[in-house]
Amino acid sequence: MAATVLLGPYVSEYYYLATYTILQFIVLGTAWNILGGYGGYVNFGTAGFFAIGCYTTIVLNKIFPMPLFFEMLAAAVTAGLVGLGTGYLTLRLRGVFFSIATLALAIVLQTLVVNWSFVGGARGVYVIRPPISGVLMAFFGFFVPNGISYVQFLVVLMVALAMFAVLAAWAVEKSWIGIGLAAIRDDESAAETSGVPSLRLKLIATTMSGAIMGMAGAPFPYYVTYVDPATAFGLAIAVNSIAMPLVGGTATWWGPVVGAILLGSAQQILTVTISSAANLFIVGVLLVVFLTAAPRGVVGIVRSWKRGRK
Amino acid sequence: MEFSWDLVINAIVTGIVLGGFYAAVAIGVTIAFGMLDIVNIAHPAFMIAGSYLAFLGWESFGFDPFVSMAVFAPCGYLFGRAFYRAYHYFFERRGDESLQGLAFFFGILFIVEIGVVLVFGVDYRSISEPYLESSVSVGFVSVPWRMLVPFLVGLGMLGSVHLYLSRTFTGRTILAVSQDVEAVRLIGANPIRAKEIAFGIAVATAIIAGVLLIIIQPVEPSITREYIGRAFAICVLGGIASIPGTLVASLILGVAEALTTTFYGPSWSPAVSFGLLLLTLIFRPVGIFGR
Amino acid sequence: MTANILEATGITKRFDGFAALTSVDFALLKGERVGLIGPNGSGKSTFVNCITGILAPDEGSITFDANDITKTPAWLRARRGLARTYQIPRPFRGMTIQENIEVPLRFAVGHKSARVISEAAQVILDQVGLGEKSDLSPKGLTQVELRKLELGRALAARPKVLIADEVMAGLSESEVDEILALLNRLNAEGISILLIEHIMRAVMLFSQRIVVIVAGCKIADGLPDDVMQQEEVERAYLGE
Repeated sequence: MAATVLLGPYVSEYYYLATYTILQFIVLGTAWNILGGYGGYVNFGTAGFFAIGCYTTIVLNKIFPMPLFFEMLAAAVTAGLVGLGTGYLTLRLRGVFFSIATLALAIVLQTLVVNWSFVGGARGVYVIRPPISGVLMAFFGFFVPNGISYVQFLVVLMVALAMFAVLAAWAVEKSWIGIGLAAIRDDESAAETSGVPSLRLKLIATTMSGAIMGMAGAPFPYYVTYVDPATAFGLAIAVNSIAMPLVGGTATWWGPVVGAILLGSAQQILTVTISSAANLFIVGVLLVVFLTAAPRGVVGIVRSWKRGRK
Repeated sequence: MEFSWDLVINAIVTGIVLGGFYAAVAIGVTIAFGMLDIVNIAHPAFMIAGSYLAFLGWESFGFDPFVSMAVFAPCGYLFGRAFYRAYHYFFERRGDESLQGLAFFFGILFIVEIGVVLVFGVDYRSISEPYLESSVSVGFVSVPWRMLVPFLVGLGMLGSVHLYLSRTFTGRTILAVSQDVEAVRLIGANPIRAKEIAFGIAVATAIIAGVLLIIIQPVEPSITREYIGRAFAICVLGGIASIPGTLVASLILGVAEALTTTFYGPSWSPAVSFGLLLLTLIFRPVGIFGR
Repeated sequence: MTANILEATGITKRFDGFAALTSVDFALLKGERVGLIGPNGSGKSTFVNCITGILAPDEGSITFDANDITKTPAWLRARRGLARTYQIPRPFRGMTIQENIEVPLRFAVGHKSARVISEAAQVILDQVGLGEKSDLSPKGLTQVELRKLELGRALAARPKVLIADEVMAGLSESEVDEILALLNRLNAEGISILLIEHIMRAVMLFSQRIVVIVAGCKIADGLPDDVMQQEEVERAYLGE
């Protein structure tokens, strides 16, 4: 964090934008993995939860401007509740139906937003960045005498959120929740007869996952200043949040991080050199290639290599 | 929107006709997912590939859509068989299929959709034939041939698949596999080969559905995602593995969408299928004809 | 009042019109050893699934340790002390053998300390004869060892009732004796055991009482010698 802030005035704004995107994907991928990698339940509707975060901010901003922090909290609560609700209604069914339901959820939400003129409907909405609060300015002023730009502020915020997400994932993984989820993922019936409260754990994972995804979406409107449903619910979010953990490795907390950094950087470089559609295409190809050839992702590759060395 | 019986009846008729087409879209999912447990969410991608192949055929060679069907459906069948072999080798055999398998099909869906964007761009593409331009009228209800043809073909496809599955040896093996894989092995038949053929048929139906789609309306790549909802909503609502269920559910969906579009406008129609899917999953996950 | 640790009354389960179980009554006394036999497909596993909570019966009620558990979720039944093994072993393939045993220790028994859990797991592994293999993955185990893992996992839940579902299938004579000895030891410690088996020698040696289920109905329930002499039981096994 210190590095980001200190380098502030010396590095072009572009790198900040790129970093923000990669950090955002670290958060989304890590959140996805809590339910997907640890629990084995695939969420196809990440974009829906992300968009809930975006639109919570937009709605709150229109009604009653407040510090971003509170908007993020509201986003976490809203997205978390939606996750809980979806989970409660569909997690008793086979995993595959849960996945299809998440896809359905994302599209239903998108249709609702498209038809809701208060948030701009299909045309989208412009958002004005609020000023950074005095307290925070003073805090940053301590490190960087010239003050920081709004984008730099957002990047710092994202760094904090990413650290929070990774910490949460790590905590879940090592705790009884993570062990229970691993048992559920391997064999749900056997887990149940071993005393694992599977529905409860799945709901915890779904709620946490959804809430963190919502938090990732909350600052997005201020980052882009113009939000339309096509972007908020965009394909890039949907596929990346699945591809990054799978490529990086779903077994542990650092898999999604590695995946986000690798794929995210690759996309940033490629978007500059070729079109953005082409770079998404490559993400898709990489996803399929890794699934077929290296299903455990980079984590799996590293672990086998380590085992081979012993 | 003013309420008038004319509008309602027109919407219902349109819905039924549309439903026939939707049945053509969903039958592949009923076979692959309903009967064989292959979560092929990439099914709409194969369909859209069929649409664009029909477009290519029409634009470059002047293929009538029926010619396109005759040419590309068998290709789809062969491709489907090869594709299933690969899927089985890499995923089903490994045993931990759910997460990787689902993500795999999602990846394929994505690759095909973006691939189509890269090759054809995001503009709408369409084809037209003189005999498709007119309509059939009965009283105040009028249905364009553009929609009637897919309706008829859709029904025909459902009927043929049903006959194939119930009358031929391979077809019945496929039905047997859908109920009990081990039993099939015990009687000496090869369940993997049966699944392979079934998947080939499913992809072939997707290609045909794609051709039908471009007959009905101009296509562009993002339509793919709308059809995931429709295909799976129909499959689940109809009872997963039931062909009569597929037909009934398709008609229900078609009518529901037509009524929604007529009274609330087209921007709500994607929500109809996905909403119906969610409701079915929540309240009656086995579907209408399901067990 | 009642010394029954487990009671099932009028259990009926249908699958799409097919009656897998019809009004089955069953009782297990505290400390008892009961054998459950019946031809393949007669509904034994369905019965176990209903008792353990994996399936919900269409009719009937289940009482465990004087509490009605008919609506209790499976995991809670496990916590209360109802454990089972699976006919086809279902280990947690992503974990080591020791971690497999630790799951019920953590969730069914409720131990919190990692050290306590680890030690208890090692004890159980030694008890079932897998002590040397604690760090291995279940993927490399033989059938016998998988069965032992199943038993170990059921044991780890510190059960009052253990349902052993065909745990000896395919084992050699000496291996069968090994498992029998283990089960007898457990019974001596106070665990009531329901043994579902096809190996008649083991069933006769082990059971104080035998229950026979054929085509979803209970057709016999009594002392081993009496039951095996009954006409219907002979018919069911020798075919008609």
